[in-house]
Amino acid sequence: MDKNGADKNPLPPLSAVARTLPASGIRRFFDIAAQMKDVISLGVGEPDFVTPWVVREAAIYSLERGLTTYTSNYGLLELRKAINDHLENLYGVSYNPDNEILVTVGVSEGMDLAMRAILDPGDEVLIPEPCYVSYKPCVVLAGGKPVGVVTTQADDFTVSAAQLEAQATTRTKAILLGYPSNPTGSTMPKEKLVEIVNLARRKNWYIISDEIYDRLTYEGEHICIAGLPNAWERTITLNGFSKSYAMTGWRIGFACAPREILQAMMKIHSYTILCAPITGQKAALEALKSAEASVTEMVQEYNRRRRVIVKGLNAIGLTCHMPKGAFYAFPDVSISGLPSEEFAEKLLFEEHVAVVPGTAFGAGAEAHVRCSYATSLEKIEIALQRLANFLDKLKAGKVATAGQGSRSI
Amino acid sequence: MPNSQPDEILHLLAKDARTSVSKLATLTGRTEDDIRSAVTEYESKGIIKRYKTIIDWDKAGTEKVLAFIDVKVTPARDVGFDAVAERIYRYPEVQSVWLVSGGADLRVVVEGLNIRELGRFVAEKLAVIEGVQGTETHFLLKRYKEDGTIFVDVEEDERLVVTP
Repeated sequence: MDKNGADKNPLPPLSAVARTLPASGIRRFFDIAAQMKDVISLGVGEPDFVTPWVVREAAIYSLERGLTTYTSNYGLLELRKAINDHLENLYGVSYNPDNEILVTVGVSEGMDLAMRAILDPGDEVLIPEPCYVSYKPCVVLAGGKPVGVVTTQADDFTVSAAQLEAQATTRTKAILLGYPSNPTGSTMPKEKLVEIVNLARRKNWYIISDEIYDRLTYEGEHICIAGLPNAWERTITLNGFSKSYAMTGWRIGFACAPREILQAMMKIHSYTILCAPITGQKAALEALKSAEASVTEMVQEYNRRRRVIVKGLNAIGLTCHMPKGAFYAFPDVSISGLPSEEFAEKLLFEEHVAVVPGTAFGAGAEAHVRCSYATSLEKIEIALQRLANFLDKLKAGKVATAGQGSRSI
Repeated sequence: MPNSQPDEILHLLAKDARTSVSKLATLTGRTEDDIRSAVTEYESKGIIKRYKTIIDWDKAGTEKVLAFIDVKVTPARDVGFDAVAERIYRYPEVQSVWLVSGGADLRVVVEGLNIRELGRFVAEKLAVIEGVQGTETHFLLKRYKEDGTIFVDVEEDERLVVTP
């Protein structure tokens, strides 16, 4: 080895999985946008609210008391009990706090555990897309094969049992559903979910349901899939505190499933994570106890913004279905004549508005961009104005097209 | 139909009195006509008292002194505290008068140009009203939060610009 640490012999290659895993499509945008001044970002996938003070205060108090230890692998029993009460109150769905609820490091960990617990190499998971960026990589990392099922704006980005069945093979082992959806804001009507549960039962598949946006449902009621007939015994429910309680940075989620499934997930969790951080767990417990009013208030505010942004987008020609949940509008930008990635890139350079191109979320979204309305009304209004300017400039031919000196990413 | 969802319009106007009718309509998902008639009704019924602006007078460079005065009162037959309260609230420099529980009976908020002026008001006007047993004056030293608005400067958005 020379003194710079360089070795004549290269290190052995990194794992094939790591090498071939694609980098997140969101990452590239982040790097550019982060360096710009005066950017209005509709690209943020987290609440603009700060965690309610009552929750922060409880966490601070837990630190003052010196609660800095590990907890049970499952998480604090008190929190698991509160989670069960919460699900019972909201959806009439119940789990045994002793061995059917696991506190995780966000839904991200819950998703990883679910996949690792159920998949053998080559097992396939049906995933409606466009979908959250980490669904497919989680399947791949667990040795499985993600099978995208494309949904479209014509169906409000919902999926049917027939569409799922059409992609089924003998290796299909599970369906992964994430509604309300990031990036489309869609929710699933009950009838469609019932049919999907029946299909899963007939085919003997697992259902993994990511319900992190459950509380952010503006029209109709959120359906907890495990509460549908015959669903509970084959469903892994994933949820958490990030979105409803504006607690993204605390990294606290939970997984609920029948004992046998949850035991398998807990085993992996006990070796890789040990337990979710205790301060976050204490905060989550307080959130369930006393932050309900804050949730209602935040949901009302998101709902107002939803109306403003969807109306505004449609008014300038970016057709947009009315999202019923989460905090994303998902307009079709084909009127601009640009594919979504170029649209997002040029919009950022020309008008300093950050949106995320639909292609980051899989197939079926090439013509769409994701606009988060988890930002203040004032900023949403400015962003809409800038979007209108951008479309005007495009129409007048004042935006350089590819290869004419436009910066590229 | 102003009674079906009274809170939301009122809630929005309480936060920003300048919210336009068309914006209120978009925010609540109701029609502009509906909003207009609801607001008119709130105004005529006195549910909406008036529209006010919250000003940081310190920042504007205007000296103003605010005092909270706790007043101990001997209640009078038939009228209780009302007669004394009325004698107090008729002074234009008096911003608010509340009947409160605890050691004092009335809490009075008075605005003046300086401490001397306010002191004189308390000594010469307030303390001598019949039925007033005693006063305790607290001068406002610093505003942290008022009517739900935080007066100290708050931090910018700390979130990453793009996240999944």
